[in-house]
Amino acid sequence: MTTAWAPITEPNATETPSLGQPAPRPAVPVTSDSALAEQYLEISMGPQHPSTHGVFRMNVVLDGERVIQLKPVFGYLHRNHEKIAETESYLGNMPYTDRLDYICSITNNWAYALAVEKLGGIEVPERAEYIRVITGELTRLQNHACLLGFLLQDMGASGTPLMYAFREREKVLDLFESLTGARMMCNYLRFGGCRVDLPAGWLDRAKAFLAEFPRFLDEFERLLVDNEILMERTQNVGVLSRELAVSSAISGPMARASGLNYDIRKADAYSIYSRFSFRVPLGHHGDVYDRYMIRFLEMHESVKILEQAMRDIPAGPIQNPAVKARLFRPKPGEAYGRIESPKGELGFYLISDGSGIPYRYRVRPPSLINLTVLEDLCLGRNVADVIAILGSVDIVMGEVDR
Amino acid sequence: MSRDRGSRLLGEGIIKGLAETARNFFGSYISKQRLTTVQYPEERIPQDESFRNFPFLVYDGSDPEAGLRCVSCQICEKECPPKCIFIEKSKDKKPDAVGKPQFYPTVFDIDVSVCMSCQICVEVCPFEAIKMDVKYDYPTESRFAALLFDKHQLAKSNDYYHQIHPTEASAVDAALAAEREAAATKAAAAAAKAAAAKPAATAGAPGTATASAATSTVTPPSDTTAGEPR
Repeated sequence: MTTAWAPITEPNATETPSLGQPAPRPAVPVTSDSALAEQYLEISMGPQHPSTHGVFRMNVVLDGERVIQLKPVFGYLHRNHEKIAETESYLGNMPYTDRLDYICSITNNWAYALAVEKLGGIEVPERAEYIRVITGELTRLQNHACLLGFLLQDMGASGTPLMYAFREREKVLDLFESLTGARMMCNYLRFGGCRVDLPAGWLDRAKAFLAEFPRFLDEFERLLVDNEILMERTQNVGVLSRELAVSSAISGPMARASGLNYDIRKADAYSIYSRFSFRVPLGHHGDVYDRYMIRFLEMHESVKILEQAMRDIPAGPIQNPAVKARLFRPKPGEAYGRIESPKGELGFYLISDGSGIPYRYRVRPPSLINLTVLEDLCLGRNVADVIAILGSVDIVMGEVDR
Repeated sequence: MSRDRGSRLLGEGIIKGLAETARNFFGSYISKQRLTTVQYPEERIPQDESFRNFPFLVYDGSDPEAGLRCVSCQICEKECPPKCIFIEKSKDKKPDAVGKPQFYPTVFDIDVSVCMSCQICVEVCPFEAIKMDVKYDYPTESRFAALLFDKHQLAKSNDYYHQIHPTEASAVDAALAAEREAAATKAAAAAAKAAAAKPAATAGAPGTATASAATSTVTPPSDTTAGEPR
């Protein structure tokens, strides 16, 4: 099935986003002491509401059905990730990064490995780079499939789309399990390479999966893309303007749905992404429907990258032999490694004082920063739209709270 | 996929979506591919070979006490990210599987309620003594005590290791055998050198030459394999 829906930019189109001024927020009337105050209803959505992702809580002030104020409350899943990381060895932090965005652990590993490799000036062998791209793009497929399922589930399409999405995700997780030993907490990448080589027959299984995956995408598109109810609920809902996206540092599919041509795979061309030909899908309207559709288009592009990577993967070592995982001590200095994780720009900032543990360790989580515009998207909408908007932001609380 | 409202009145998209659901529902009776679930407790999907859950200690031979490969170097205890390993080192040494006197752990506990199955202990162990198990169901009645595994619960034979991770275990056995052989050659060479050194005054030249050649070929692999974590 072909989608004539969104324009796709030229492969290497360079366009600098202009920093415009975001529109001023509508004034929220504070009427705590007037007679009107009785008309407003303040409700607390979450932290255990079934449609708030994880333990996320929003204090919403409603005027009838309309949202006039929304305050997110974070911290229910705070587990001291950054401080723990400053007491652990560089290697010991790797499994903790799995737990940030627990849906895509390999891209978390990748961003952290990239930061440490910058810090230590480590080269990565060719084959390991290909394995990283393959596993990273598989992670993107399963993350987006998951997100679409959750978003539709939140909007009331109970069960069916989520189960279809999870059926596909399961196949990716099976591939991860036979490669890394674990389905979600992979702990797979190492500084200067990967932990183990691809097992015999893994690449054929991955190719077989990839050959079938577009069929699932088409089926999933047929299932709901044309659905009138879905269109009514998502089009022109939660519009994020391009200016606001730029000035709030929104990244990832959410920024691209607002028409911002910013993909770190293109902008930084980290790892070996410059070798693959793929396009960056862009949206027009920046509403929930665009954010929903952009994931389909990104999955199509990921499939293209995967086909090229699986075709070109060379033989060779998977680990830089000069790097010792244990007792790894980089020179004093600082480094920031960032990648285009499925949710946006995931960055790790590290300062080394020359010892075996990081002096400072900081995560730049895409989920948290994309969530900062939630109030702007929800003001003036109905309370039921809040759930759809939250679902389309694609958050994982493990990453938001850390 | 237009954004005007006119085309939405007919509900074509809903019908199209429902047709897809129906195809999947009826398809699950015919095609095995569409029926992806199993009836779990009775029916189980075979586990993948590389699956890992919690660590266990490998012993050679049949006696878990004598054959334990662990020499209590405590590297895993230091490197474990959530610090779930507790080791007490022995005061005395006892011979290991090849007869070399080594320290051994008097206490080796792993708190699997804390363990996060990251496999770093396996990676840093220079003696191939700790490996990952594949057992995943540990139902217990107590929350803490029964999940604190001691040395006796953790010790499992090398045969069991071969059974759960055949490829990996064979590679480990081959590496260990090579290491032992290298050590044996080195010891033999050292003995030959010592023997050659005694009558060195009379006929030293050929004996020392062969001995030094043997040591120089042997030392590099044994150094790299013993010190480096795999």
